[in-house]
Amino acid sequence: MTEPSIPISPIFGRLTLAALPLHEPILVVTFIAVALGGAAVVGALTYFRLWGYLWREWFTSVDHKKIGIMYMVLGLVMLLRGFSDALMMRLQQAIAFGGSDGYLPAHHYDQVFTAHGVIMIFFVAMPFVTGLMNYVVPLQIGARDVSFPFLNNFSFWMTTAGAIIVMMSLFIGEFAQTGWLAFPPLSGLGASPYVGVDYYIWALQVAGVGTTLSGINLVCTIIKMRAPGMSLMKMPVFTWTSLCTNILIVASFPVLTAVLALLGLDRYVGTNFFTNDFGGNPMMYVNLIWIWGHPEVYILILPLFGVFSEVTATFSGKKLFGYTSMVYATVVITILSYLVWLHHFFTMGSGASVNSFFGITTMIISIPTGAKIFNWLFTMYRGRIRFELPMMWTVAFMLTFVIGGMTGVLLAVPPADFVLHNSLFLIAHFHNVIIGGVLFGLFAAIAYWWPKAFGFKLDPFWGHVSFWCWVVGFWFAFAPLYVLGLMGVTRRMRVFDDPSLQIWFVIAAFGAVLIACGIAAFLIQIAVSILRRDSLRDETGDPWGGRTLEWATSSPPPDYNFAFTPVIHDNDAWADMKKRGYERPLTGFRPIHMPANTGTGVILSGLSIGLAFGLIWYIWWLAGLSFLGILAVSIAHTFNYHRDFHIPADEVSRTEAERTARLAAGVPA
Amino acid sequence: MSAVTHGVADPVRFHLAEEPHHPDGGSTMLGFWIYLMSDCLIFAILFASYGVIGGNYAAGPAPKDLFELPLVAVNTSFLLLSSITYGFAMLEMARNRQGATLAWLAVTGLFGLGFLSIELYEFAHLIAEGATPQRSGFLSAFFTLVGTHGLHVTFGTIWLVTLMVQVSRHGLIEANRRRLMCLSMFWHFLDVIWIGVFTFVYLLGVLR
Repeated sequence: MTEPSIPISPIFGRLTLAALPLHEPILVVTFIAVALGGAAVVGALTYFRLWGYLWREWFTSVDHKKIGIMYMVLGLVMLLRGFSDALMMRLQQAIAFGGSDGYLPAHHYDQVFTAHGVIMIFFVAMPFVTGLMNYVVPLQIGARDVSFPFLNNFSFWMTTAGAIIVMMSLFIGEFAQTGWLAFPPLSGLGASPYVGVDYYIWALQVAGVGTTLSGINLVCTIIKMRAPGMSLMKMPVFTWTSLCTNILIVASFPVLTAVLALLGLDRYVGTNFFTNDFGGNPMMYVNLIWIWGHPEVYILILPLFGVFSEVTATFSGKKLFGYTSMVYATVVITILSYLVWLHHFFTMGSGASVNSFFGITTMIISIPTGAKIFNWLFTMYRGRIRFELPMMWTVAFMLTFVIGGMTGVLLAVPPADFVLHNSLFLIAHFHNVIIGGVLFGLFAAIAYWWPKAFGFKLDPFWGHVSFWCWVVGFWFAFAPLYVLGLMGVTRRMRVFDDPSLQIWFVIAAFGAVLIACGIAAFLIQIAVSILRRDSLRDETGDPWGGRTLEWATSSPPPDYNFAFTPVIHDNDAWADMKKRGYERPLTGFRPIHMPANTGTGVILSGLSIGLAFGLIWYIWWLAGLSFLGILAVSIAHTFNYHRDFHIPADEVSRTEAERTARLAAGVPA
Repeated sequence: MSAVTHGVADPVRFHLAEEPHHPDGGSTMLGFWIYLMSDCLIFAILFASYGVIGGNYAAGPAPKDLFELPLVAVNTSFLLLSSITYGFAMLEMARNRQGATLAWLAVTGLFGLGFLSIELYEFAHLIAEGATPQRSGFLSAFFTLVGTHGLHVTFGTIWLVTLMVQVSRHGLIEANRRRLMCLSMFWHFLDVIWIGVFTFVYLLGVLR
């Protein structure tokens, strides 16, 4: 496949029929399955005449709640892709012993582990986290929407465009074979001449635009749009962690954009930033990308720390223990996350003093993180704990994450790291914190806020099945990797010589199958809950006895979130309102000012895919036209000065009266 | 904080009776400022890269073989003057004089174009001498840093023309004032970046 001397045609660039992987049975079968599935979805949407509805109500929507849900759907779809890659790797490593080559050829296996990392971080974890913040933050601060509703829609579609570009690489050409951070010189033109790395660069650049803008948007929303009375130290903890996360996004994603642009220049223009000759410096790439990369892992975990705080307080029936220390711990982690990047490559050889500095800063991060764990424990202490699904995920998180954190401290010791660098011990460590922290947190969050978003709870039985499969499966899948890592097995190996290692890989593969059952049970849980929605229905809007403002409005909330802008007097605003005998206002509604929908985000995202595709395949006319299109559409968009409308007072009045009726019907007399 | 009062008779208000008036685009200035800071970070990375590999000449030309300070001085003064004229445009906007605002914006745009022309001339000259971006790490970092700034000025100029059309169509309405303020911050920001480029790349370059 990696044929460097393909002639470049003026019409098709370097795209030829040979780019279609017709000689790879696995990909052909995958393609047929995806094509049939896609055709079925498109057919169903057309048959039920849903395109107009989707376009009007969802794709062009600037409602933060709908955009949040679309982010979650994107994350879920990409989770299935990223997890298929994981299963393929586990199977390959479990059978490639004793002279067997396994079933994946090297160039395919290398793409699989690269795609797995890229997809899981950028197109699973990031959309999930962004979607969650999008949905919850405006509700928690009593706002009607985010600061820049159109930008929010545009950000979502740019993230989706990035995901589409990665998916295209599966069937047209190839993906990068470099590992998820694409270190040069391997990712340079000399070692990777074909399209894989270009797919990588442009997918991340396009998605990065969305992520950065979404970060700016949410920072502004939290700073500017809080309801009256909500001072910073009265904000819910989830909003606090979201604020810190979005500050991290704004202050780190530009670094990724810049470093990928420099790598792109090396590949397209022939500059010498990261080359081995002519004064380039490959280690500069490694430094720069980790200056983004380390804050990135805190971007992923901080919002989930917020989720655990909300869940623990709610299900313990208590105020969160140590609110102030929780906020300061979050802020300290935010700052420290910029001072540890070098621990990813102690082996660079920067010397004892530099390595000690970064080792010590890394260990210091465990102090605020430990404070958080104790705060959650003290919140549970003497609480009236209800072990509903979100709380179960939270307890599983605490037990799992603490182990992952401790192996992290082990890796922070430079001499230990010299032995463990790039071993499976490292792989086990970061899956331990990302699955045990981010993924468990997301499942807690989904179970917790699902009733808010859809008006009915998730089915607990299938939730429990999913929970136990995930938690047990996680330990089966990754405990063996700790063992293997300590024995010196390095990451990204395709075949093994030592037969004594095989049993550990077989156990790990078994764990992956258990996790697959967990994912299946999660999907079944959603399906079953939708089918049984009438018996799971919650009319109160506050099914868990919640404490923060999002539980004050109906489930699902109306377009305008709150009929009247709430006034906040205390932390845990909704708990405070309930305690003081708050009564819903039933009259006196006013027209509500709202942003209007627009299709510009979808169009710009489509043009960005065209631009990226043109650049990847050297189809210069397509790239040029798409770029001009982006420019023209953006400018034309600024000529539209009418981007808002008012929801009339009687419509608000009608919506609220319906809720009053539902509340009355739901309350036994 | 413990609640002092309890019960239904609580005088504490839990919502506003009237819809609060959020001025349109109340977050725009903050949002744009944060965007500028993220852009600043991109330049920070380019400066840092220049700092790391800017001395790697790979047996090729060094700054003092290439840079002509008089030309760069003219260039710099064009950009600094364009910031001043943009300031004049904003003063006229404050006085609500549309014609004068547009005139100063046009002058600003011309200075911007002058700056870009000199920069392109300089680049063409360097490339003709064989000092191409591919020649050495130093030249890669130089062309990327200065070129990225130039690209920003180009987009600023396109934006300026767009805004001039919008101001002449709709007048100095609130939305247009906000947009002019954003471009103003953008334009001055590029000036600040250029002062960094002029100092660290050109002045220090001919010294070493």
